[in-house]
Amino acid sequence: MAIFNLTVNGKKTKVDVEPDMPLLWVVRDFVGLKGTKFGCGIAQCGACTVHVNGEATRSCQIPVSSLAKNAKITTIEGIGETQLHAVQQAWIEEQVPQCGYCQSGQIMSAVALLKTTPNPTDADIDTYMSGNLCRCGTYDRIRKGIHRAAESLK
Amino acid sequence: MEHIENNFIEKATSGDLGATSRRSFIKTGSLTGVGLMVGLNSFAKEKHPKKISHTDPKSAVLDLEINPFIIISTDGSIALINPRPDMGQGSTQAAPSLIAEELEVSLDKVKLIQSGGQEKYGSQQSGGSSTVRGLWTSLRKAGAAAKEMLIETAAKRWNASISDCYAQEGKIYLKNSDKSFSFGELVDDASKLQVPKNPKLKDPKDFKILGKYNKRLDVPERVTGKAVYGIDIEVPNMVYACMQHSPTIHGKIVSIDDSETLKVKGVLQVIKTKRPMPHRGADAVAVIATNWWAALKGRKALKVTWDNGDLAKTMTTDNYFAATYEAAKKEGIRFEEKGDFNAKFANAKQKLEFNYETPFLAHAPIEPECAVVHVKDDGTAEVWAHVQGPDGGLADVSRALGISKDKIKFNVPLLGGSFGRKAYHDYLNETCLLAKELKKPVKMIWTREDDITQGPYRPGMLSHMQGFVDKGKITGFHHHAIGESIVGQVFGGLAPDESDPWLSGEISTENSKYEFPVSKISWTNVKTEIPIVWWRSVYASNFGWGQECFIDELAQLAGKDPLQARLDLVKDARYRKVLETVSEKANWKEKLGAGQGKGIAVFASFGSISACCITVTKDGAGVKIDKVVSVLDCGYYVNPDNVKAQTEGNIVMGITAAIKGGITFTNGVCDQTNFHQYNVMRLNEAPKMEIHIIDSGENPGGVGEPGLPPIAPALGNAIFAATGKRIRKLPFDIANLG
Repeated sequence: MAIFNLTVNGKKTKVDVEPDMPLLWVVRDFVGLKGTKFGCGIAQCGACTVHVNGEATRSCQIPVSSLAKNAKITTIEGIGETQLHAVQQAWIEEQVPQCGYCQSGQIMSAVALLKTTPNPTDADIDTYMSGNLCRCGTYDRIRKGIHRAAESLK
Repeated sequence: MEHIENNFIEKATSGDLGATSRRSFIKTGSLTGVGLMVGLNSFAKEKHPKKISHTDPKSAVLDLEINPFIIISTDGSIALINPRPDMGQGSTQAAPSLIAEELEVSLDKVKLIQSGGQEKYGSQQSGGSSTVRGLWTSLRKAGAAAKEMLIETAAKRWNASISDCYAQEGKIYLKNSDKSFSFGELVDDASKLQVPKNPKLKDPKDFKILGKYNKRLDVPERVTGKAVYGIDIEVPNMVYACMQHSPTIHGKIVSIDDSETLKVKGVLQVIKTKRPMPHRGADAVAVIATNWWAALKGRKALKVTWDNGDLAKTMTTDNYFAATYEAAKKEGIRFEEKGDFNAKFANAKQKLEFNYETPFLAHAPIEPECAVVHVKDDGTAEVWAHVQGPDGGLADVSRALGISKDKIKFNVPLLGGSFGRKAYHDYLNETCLLAKELKKPVKMIWTREDDITQGPYRPGMLSHMQGFVDKGKITGFHHHAIGESIVGQVFGGLAPDESDPWLSGEISTENSKYEFPVSKISWTNVKTEIPIVWWRSVYASNFGWGQECFIDELAQLAGKDPLQARLDLVKDARYRKVLETVSEKANWKEKLGAGQGKGIAVFASFGSISACCITVTKDGAGVKIDKVVSVLDCGYYVNPDNVKAQTEGNIVMGITAAIKGGITFTNGVCDQTNFHQYNVMRLNEAPKMEIHIIDSGENPGGVGEPGLPPIAPALGNAIFAATGKRIRKLPFDIANLG
């Protein structure tokens, strides 16, 4: 076991875990933020997507020891703490989620996409969002939700 | 609805099962409420509602269970019970909407409590697209009866006639006055009245909630990470388990070398155990650790030697399908027959005979199977499990633990997808066995590899189709359904000389409404040891493929337009309306571009009728999907937007099932292990889609599944129209049709 100092959603926190433990399990079971989900463990489904220094990252593939000392981690709980993020609001307007299990990851990817591409085309969305699986089949609404969020961020 | 009251949270820290805290009354068997509602499977032991608890001994607030589904407190708060777990299909909105409509309350003002298997709530299985159609009358009656009792109480207090009182937004009002009582002010006296047996239900034209667009109130928690799924449960002093199952599923353990496993930091112990499936048990090993990552690492270090018997030779999908094709050459067991099909077929001048194959499929909900079980020192137990049916779940837990149902508290968190999978309780039974041994709370989580390689799966099936045409009409049709039976394998309920009874709701002519002059439905059971179970829309997802592609082939032989050929076979007005609507909405008769083709299919299942039209265009060696238009007649429904959402899901899952790889077994082992090999549709592949609901005003039908069966055949038929290539085996590569 080893002590790691993390900054999660702006808060400094200390965890005592094995160095090879993926960020996913650190965040869920040691920081106690359950919004980030386990789906496949091999970066194929995107349910575990968080931001590391603002970049969408599959947290199941990031050993906690590989994080830079001052890395800033943002989870689904950290993007709309005071008021809902435009993407979350758009997700409610479009009624995107069905079971909702993949949606933390979908939203974290969408937020990251809009940061670099404020006016995404359908093709941009297709390329960026294809790493996030949704078995309920909410893809059509995810597209609409991203366009709506992009509009509201203008 | 303030939030979904998954009543496990306070129980995790509160006292024993006998405690009567504000919320714990729900599980108290001795406090069975009043269940007088016609159509409810509840237990009408009492004539009057029960005072079920004092919130706080110092306060005068009472929680009154007006009937099993409605709890009104004297402080005015209202709680409704949702008897059907939510796996994404929207039951947390649909079920309470039925009560709220008649009770005259807004869902945003009530608390929602998920039932936990108690008998008074009747069947609690989310499955068979049954929530709305199964509860449409009974839950509305529950709401209406409570409303009548509250009105009667208010009328007495005002010395007014009942007809001068009405309910609105949680209050009873006296007409032409400024007088009103909140439900809370009335409930104590109302609860002393007899529950009306036949309360008056609202005329649908007066509905304020049912049939209207309403946002699902649980969406905000699902987009903020606050929703609590099965995998999110955490209770004090919990340990974690990761399972090692046999690669051949049924292999027997010869030896376990756990020396490396026990060296992994965090690993506590290794347990030789079982995976109890409904029909048989399999050997398994559990690695117990202080956290799940350690348990997984421990599992990877485990060395288990398995005796796989003959499974490597016998349990292969190649063997299984070879047997189905052999069976297609022989006469099956007759399920139904009109006329002498064989004689007519033998003499027919224009006839066709083809086999259509559908693969085994994994459900692959993104949330894997998991459960938390705690067997306590006082002989009671508590369970947190994302099952589709807590009543069946409770029965299974009781059996696995050897503890009576009244001593078990069963909590149902949200299901992160299911599609039929989480109604099969092997993973829950498995966790129970560990909990029994460990005597502390244990959280067991399957890996994705467990989910993909261990089953149960949708069975692969073969449709052996024969048919003939005469004078431009389809006059003879035989569907020989061949494969492993869910009834037979899972429930041991199929005699060797019996045809699968579930064909009646799938391909029987009574269900399909096709009126052939001569027809036959038959069945052959080809067995396999590969575990199977229902998958979204059950056999309809298999047999819709054979039925609807073959109708197209016969239409072509008859020289008929595929839509017209179907209309020629059907008199049923709803069925015709669905076909005509899909034709109109998809512009069936429009002139198509070069390399373009449209395909149509229709299928009735779970009390609803769905048709689909898909347009494709040639693209290299394959085709691309231009558009999917889906039409559904599901009778009365709760929320049109949710009906559309479910149908969108059916389109995605239906196309996935057609063009993505299925599950195959070679040498007794599943060839796919995770999403890199078991591909499901991704966002970039999702086609344009359009959904139309027919407002038929008929009795409610299912919504979660009926949209799926026509998808694959509509695609196959569109590909034929565009390319002239007839596909009869699923899955296929849409980019390269060969």
